[in-house]
Amino acid sequence: MRLAHRLALENDNIRADCIESTEFPDLAAKYRVYAVPRTVINESAAVEGAVPESFLLDAILKALPPAPPAAEAEA
Amino acid sequence: MGLIRDEDAIEIRKRLEVMVNPVKLIHFTQELNLEYGVEAKQLVQEVAALSDKLSAETYNFLLDKEKVAEYGVDKVPATVVRDGKDYGIRFYGIPAGYEFATLLDAIISVSRGESGLGEQSKEKLAKVTQPLHLEVFVTPT
Repeated sequence: MRLAHRLALENDNIRADCIESTEFPDLAAKYRVYAVPRTVINESAAVEGAVPESFLLDAILKALPPAPPAAEAEA
Repeated sequence: MGLIRDEDAIEIRKRLEVMVNPVKLIHFTQELNLEYGVEAKQLVQEVAALSDKLSAETYNFLLDKEKVAEYGVDKVPATVVRDGKDYGIRFYGIPAGYEFATLLDAIISVSRGESGLGEQSKEKLAKVTQPLHLEVFVTPT
């Protein structure tokens, strides 16, 4: 969780919510949270587990919509 | 009775000594139908009292519509950690158990303006040029 907040601190485009699953069971069910932590990216992709910084960043970049040609992200 | 034990309060005060800039905890709650609403509000207020550089504001989710819209809060209890700027850092639910340490970490990082990320990560992160929403689901234990 700390990592997500740190990413938000570093980049103004990012917002990071820490959600207590048991208090928001409907949301947890919607995102199929069976194990924690589970990081949902832009309401679609998800990463399970307390993964290393580089792993989460790669997952984030992969989940991003295609960038404009000038700022092409790595596939 | 406080939620934070006296001996823990002493430790937390020490940890918060590294704070640089003032940090605000903006808390949203509602009076009824909220399982841990009272405890969450109390916890936020107790933490805020542990440093001169920390303060807390509480708003009513149903009544303070302007603030709710300003912070884009869509469920409660919610807690925003910010300094002069809102970085998009939110806690939904009571930040207790493991998440209490995460809250302290967020407070200190914001206060010091240091994400603590490696240079490689910062480079990768610079590629995020569009709005990105991360929702990290956790449990208190």
